[in-house]
This record gives sequence, structure tokens and C-alpha cells, in this order.
Amino acid sequence: MRPVGGRTKTDWGGVGPAAEVELSTRRLGHLVAHNEGDLTAVLEAGVRLTDAQTAFADRGQRLSLDPPNPGGEATIGGVVATADSGPLRHGHGAVRDLILGVRIALPDGTVARAGSNVIKNVAGYDLAKLMCGALGTLGVVTEVTVRLHPLPAHTVTVAARGGDLGTLSQAAAALARLPLQLEALDLRWDGPAAGGALLARSAGRAPAEVAGIAATAAAAQGLEVTVTEDDDATWAEQRSRQRARDGEAVLRVSALPTALAAVLGAAPSGVARAGLGLAWLRIPADAALVRRLRAELAPATCVLLDAPAELRAAVDPWGVDGPAVALARRVKQRFDPAGVCNPGIHVGGI
Amino acid sequence: MASESPPGASGAVAGAGANVAAALIGRFQKICGTEHVITHPHDLHAYRSDGLTHFQVMPAVAVLPNSAEEVQAVVRACHAARVPWVARGAGSGLSGGALPVADGVLLVLTRMNRILEVDLDNHLVVVEPGVTNTAVSAVVGPHFFYPPDPSSQTVCTIGGNVAENSGGAHCFKYGFTTNYVLGLDVVLTDGEMVTLGGHGEVDVPGYDLLGAFVGSEGTLGVATRITLRVIPAPEHTRTLVAFFGSVVAASAATSAVVAAGLTPCAIEMMDALSIAASEQMAHAGWPAEAGAALLVEFDGTLADCEAGFAELKAICVDTGSTQIRVARTAAERSVFWKMRKSAFPAAGRISGRYYVQDGVIPRTRLPEVMARVEELGAEHGLKVANVFHAGDGNLHPMVCYAGPDEAARAEKVATLILQACLDAGGSITGEHGVGVDKKGYMPRMFDEPDLAAFQKLRCAFDPDGLANPGKVMPTPRLCGEVPGPNRVHPLEAAGLAERF
Repeated sequence: MRPVGGRTKTDWGGVGPAAEVELSTRRLGHLVAHNEGDLTAVLEAGVRLTDAQTAFADRGQRLSLDPPNPGGEATIGGVVATADSGPLRHGHGAVRDLILGVRIALPDGTVARAGSNVIKNVAGYDLAKLMCGALGTLGVVTEVTVRLHPLPAHTVTVAARGGDLGTLSQAAAALARLPLQLEALDLRWDGPAAGGALLARSAGRAPAEVAGIAATAAAAQGLEVTVTEDDDATWAEQRSRQRARDGEAVLRVSALPTALAAVLGAAPSGVARAGLGLAWLRIPADAALVRRLRAELAPATCVLLDAPAELRAAVDPWGVDGPAVALARRVKQRFDPAGVCNPGIHVGGI
Repeated sequence: MASESPPGASGAVAGAGANVAAALIGRFQKICGTEHVITHPHDLHAYRSDGLTHFQVMPAVAVLPNSAEEVQAVVRACHAARVPWVARGAGSGLSGGALPVADGVLLVLTRMNRILEVDLDNHLVVVEPGVTNTAVSAVVGPHFFYPPDPSSQTVCTIGGNVAENSGGAHCFKYGFTTNYVLGLDVVLTDGEMVTLGGHGEVDVPGYDLLGAFVGSEGTLGVATRITLRVIPAPEHTRTLVAFFGSVVAASAATSAVVAAGLTPCAIEMMDALSIAASEQMAHAGWPAEAGAALLVEFDGTLADCEAGFAELKAICVDTGSTQIRVARTAAERSVFWKMRKSAFPAAGRISGRYYVQDGVIPRTRLPEVMARVEELGAEHGLKVANVFHAGDGNLHPMVCYAGPDEAARAEKVATLILQACLDAGGSITGEHGVGVDKKGYMPRMFDEPDLAAFQKLRCAFDPDGLANPGKVMPTPRLCGEVPGPNRVHPLEAAGLAERF
């Protein structure tokens, strides 16, 4: 059985046996509750992220999650299952940090809830986090409760361009150390010829002042700085670069922030969350290249995304093994002993 | 609650017994050194309870390992003998989470208090579990800090914070322990060592077992090495206290602040009884006639902070604040916070005994639930002092009592308050944990399938039920065998039945 939402990330993970049953969350499309005063919302798994954001924005709020969203089809259930994230991760965390509660249809036929509908709760195990990134292999998430934030009235983005990756990453490190409480801090790199950029976005009550400090700090590193309030396209482009174009694959690299220059320099183009050490490299769909990059970037881990099935069959998209995978297998056996839910696609062939 | 018999040595892990423990003690002495294995009843006395002192259980032995390898060896020995163990840090927890198991082993981690690595270029700190919460901020200050700040932060340990997913006064803006733990080395109950998360990296491939472990109250294993994210310390902080005629009025102000899109780093509430009690310790000179005090703090860049603070003051005036005091100096700010942080010890001055609850409600329900709390106290003839995290809707009502007759009534009131929180769509615990104290309330918040799902996770980590048994789950449960893959049923093989 394979759960599907908006089908924007169906080629993530390993190649499992062909699904006999596909379970679509399409009809689980209700925004169950928007608790405006509490800054929380309850959504069925099939709610499209764009639709939810529109509803929240009408009331001056947002779910601070902005993963790439090709065609606007991504659902909240899919975002939870893949734990995909975007530039706002810098200031607001990932879906694991914003999810408060979850309802899960389990393979044993029961429906379980975990977490709560309030922003602070430690009762019971945090199964909501366990579902984040589990790719539906432990059960099907049918409903989630999330924390919302006020939608900032204004944002200002500083773009600092340069042709030297070392300088860009040093500037990013300098900004990350300043007490600016930025909502996003990214790098973009297109090779030595085209160069790259450092992007910093501030929101809050005084975004222009904060951006001014960031601009000064970036200029001090010798970068060419522009400041703009009209920044939506810049960040949309940054998000879209987390996904592959035709014939390519993406390698998502989990590194330390200080390793980012080496990570971004290893591929023709890529983007990164500068403060988190998380990078997305666009690469040719080639198994030998994936292996070479893994060896070169270790101990950073590299997950292969958006790759054709042949490539995912030729090289393990996860590239990890060891005690944590063995423990994950024990969790899988307890939740889904018969291997009904999305078998074969997670780490270690779970 | 107070009348409940000690949990623990029952069910799957029964009968550890003094003999088994005696055999183990020699093993522990070899592993940790004789002086770090405590068996004399006088010495063990100090370990009978955590911060929730009305639960007390004597362990067979307390072991104080000094390294991850020693922890691993102790846990392996317990596993071989099928003896249950409980990990303990400073013992400041308020839910009985570190209550020993009778005749079991208490694994005391306070000797493992080394800061292993400070890497500010990568915004991280690596510590052993016995390091105190404030020691983390101290080692990265003044330019960085570690946001989770439970009131017990000067003594409580990071290992305990991880087990309980500790919060604090500033989590409305900054989040909880779970949002700052990047990785853990964990000793599982069979003695195997596993790294959950990374060594500073995020989104490490695999299930988010790190997220499942943090807040699991010591029931899934014991963390021996903890990687924490630290963040740049804010440039500027502004603090005020606004007085209101009643808790209900101050609650309305809280909602107005949040509705305006402001994100203070703390919104703390004290009622008249708490103010009076704290005044005896902190001597802040707050108005005696105030019905409630709202302590609000902003931080950030200078410009951002000042803009938000100006809006905040206007909202307090608009919502009927009778007086606003702004902290003009660091000393004044610290007096404001002393009032707030003295509230629990100060309550001892108005009542020798009290029950503290930790229920959570949606913030918008504050006025009605606080009215209900007041009504419940009056109905049962008991004082209820309130001091709480208003921004989070996390209540800490202190039901005051004296003597055995009042104790029963106090327990009843405390229970009714928790039920009021659940009725409002909230939780039985926001930061203190379930432990033994609130495990009986779990079925009020969760249905049987929910509890069964929790048990699946627990059994995956600890199939023998050795780590902190008798906590979190309302009744003892066995794990049983892991069901295997589907096998052909004899009836199927015989062609008498088929699956559909």
C-alpha cells in the first residue's frame, strides 16, 4: 500500500515493490480548524499547502513552512511524510518543529492520536515527530495540528553577490553570528564563472534596520550588495533550486555549516541554508558521481532525491547503515510488522 | 497521587530482588569503583525521590558512572540480569520521573558533567548529561545562549532536560528542548550504543528517532552525549510588568498582544496570592491591591525590540492595565524575574503544602478556565495561587492545603483543574512530564489506540521493559514478541480459507 498526496515527491526514497493499492489523501481536504487566537490550525492530510496558506493569510497568519511546491500541488500530509523544508527553516524550524499533534491510521487497523492541539505539551511519546520524514512507512497520517505565526507585514532581503565561494560562505558565517533574528539565510552557487549569492531576509517590526546591519556586514566582506523589499521572486527561485530539472537529480547534503563551501563547490550548482549546513546540489543523474560525492563529502550525509528509478536502483538513495538503521527497523517491525505501508523505500530497505 | 502505592517493580520486571541486586553490586563496583556504588540505606535516602517528594521509593543501589563506557557496562549488566533501572540527573523533576524502582538500580549521571566541545562557528555545544542547564549558556556567553530555561536551571541537568523536553519562561518565542537537540548518543537497554540525529547536522537520513527520544522520560534509553544548538544572544531586551484588576483582565491583555502579531519572548502571569507570597522573598514593592501581574519581555535587535515594546505598552493601556512598570536597569529586570521565579518557593510561606499542576489550555480559553479554577478553590474552601506561562497557556495552579482532611480535597481540586484543561481542548502536562504523578490521567487525554501506539514505540526501544518502568503509561504493559511477516495459515495451506 502506497499513500499519495499531491504526487510532487513520489520519486523520493528507494525503489520498493510495485504498490498493489494506492491510498490517496485527496478527499481528506478539509481545513478542520483555524484557531486564530491560539495561532494553531488542524488540517486533514490532503489539504494543499497553498490553500491552507491562503486561508491563514486572510487572517494575517501563516504556517512558516515553505518547501518547494511544484504546481502548487504539495499537501500538508506529503510535507509531513517527506519532512521537506524551505528557506523559512532558518528562522522557524522544520515541520518537526511546527507540528503539535497528529492522527495516524496504523497498519493494525486502529487510528491513533499523539500530541495535542496546544502549543506546549509533553504528555505521551512524540509520535508526530516520528511521522515527519517517515514517508508513510509507519502508517498514514490523516490529520495534523500545526503551530502558526503572524504573517510579517514587510520583509526585506539583502542579496550579496560574489565570485568566490569562500568569501560568500565567510560572509554567511559572519551574518549567522550576528543577533539579527533573520527569518532566512541562504547561499546560492553556480560555479566560479557565474558566481553566487548570499541571501538574508528580515521580517519583524523593523526589517529595514535589520537588513541595513546585514548589508553592512556583507559589504565589509567585499561583496556586491543590493537590498530589496520586493523579494518574493528571489526566494521562489531559491526554493525551486531544491528540485531537479529534467535529466538531473538532487543530492540533499546534511553537513556542518563550516563545511558548506566544500559542499557547494563539489557540484555545478546548488543552494544551502547557511546557518543549518543543509544543501541541495543539482547533479547529473549518475550513480558513480553520487558515490564519489558521498566519499568526498563524508562525514556529511547525502540523500538522493528526484532521481529516476534506474538510478535509485543502482545506488542506495539514503547511503547510511548502522545501529540507528537497525533501531529504525525495530520501530518499523512494531508499527508495521507485515510490511504493508510503503515497503522498501526507507533507510536500509525498510 | 499522594496515596498511590509506589510504581515500578511489578509486571514484566518483577522480582529483581535483593539477591540479584547483591550479585550485581560487585559488578558495578568493578565498573565504576567501589566509592561510586551506593548501597547503604543512609546514603540511599537522598535518592528516594525527585522534586516531587511525596513519592518515595528506595532503590537497591545507586550507581554513579563517569563515562559513556561505564554507563554502557552498567546497563549491559542490568540487561543480563533483567533488573530495571532508572536514570537520574539532579532530581529536580516535578512528576516523579526519576523516582527509583524498588529493588532496582538508580543510574545517577551527575558525575558526567563535562562540556566536551564548544563550536561556535557551527553554533553547537556537546555535553555530557550531567552538565547543568545554566552551564551551557555560561560557556557560550555572552555572544551566544541556550534558550530553554526551566526555573530550576541552575541545578537541573541537560540529561534531565532531554528526558523531559523541558520548557521554561522563554519558550513562547524560542521553543523547547526538543527544538535545540541536534544529536544524542544513547545507550539502549540491551547496552548497544546508537547515535540519534547527527553531530550538529540536521535532517540526517532515517526516521526522526531523535524527535521521538526527546521527552520520552527515560523510558527509551539513556543519553550519554548531547549535541545542542545555541543561538546568538539578542542585542537588546526590554521588560515590563503590567498590573491588572484580575487574572481574567490580564488574560484578555495576553490575547490582545498575541492577536496584534507581537512575539514577546516571555508572557508570564502572577495572581494576587502569588504576588503577595513572592513579595516576601523578592521585595519588589509591587502594588498590594493588584489582582494580577503580567510580566512581558521583548528581545531582538534594538529597532525591532523598541517598536514591539511601544505597541505592547499601548495594548496594556487599552486593555485596562492599572499600572505599568518598565525595568530601566538590569537590576530592576532581575527583581521582576525574581518575583516570578520565587513564586514556587514563596508559596511555601502562605501554605506548608500545595499541589502544583502543569495543565495546558489554548490561550484563548484563559479567561474562562481561570474563572473556573477560582470557582473550584472557593467551592472546596482552598486557596489556589496561580503563576503561569500565559503566552503558552501553560497553567501552574498551586492548590494550598494543610492536614490530611484538606489533602484529599486539594487532590480533588487539582484533578478537577486538569479536567477543566482537558475539557478546554488542552493537555495534562506542558513541561513537567507525566512520570508517576500524571500517568493515571493519561486515559483522560488519550484513548486506548493512542496508548497502544505509544507502547509500540516503547517496545521497539526497550522490549524487556527495563528502562524506567512504571512511568508514563497508565498501567503496566508487556511488549510480547515482535510479530513476524505474514505466514501462510494452516487453513490457507489446506485450501479451507483464503485471505481477502
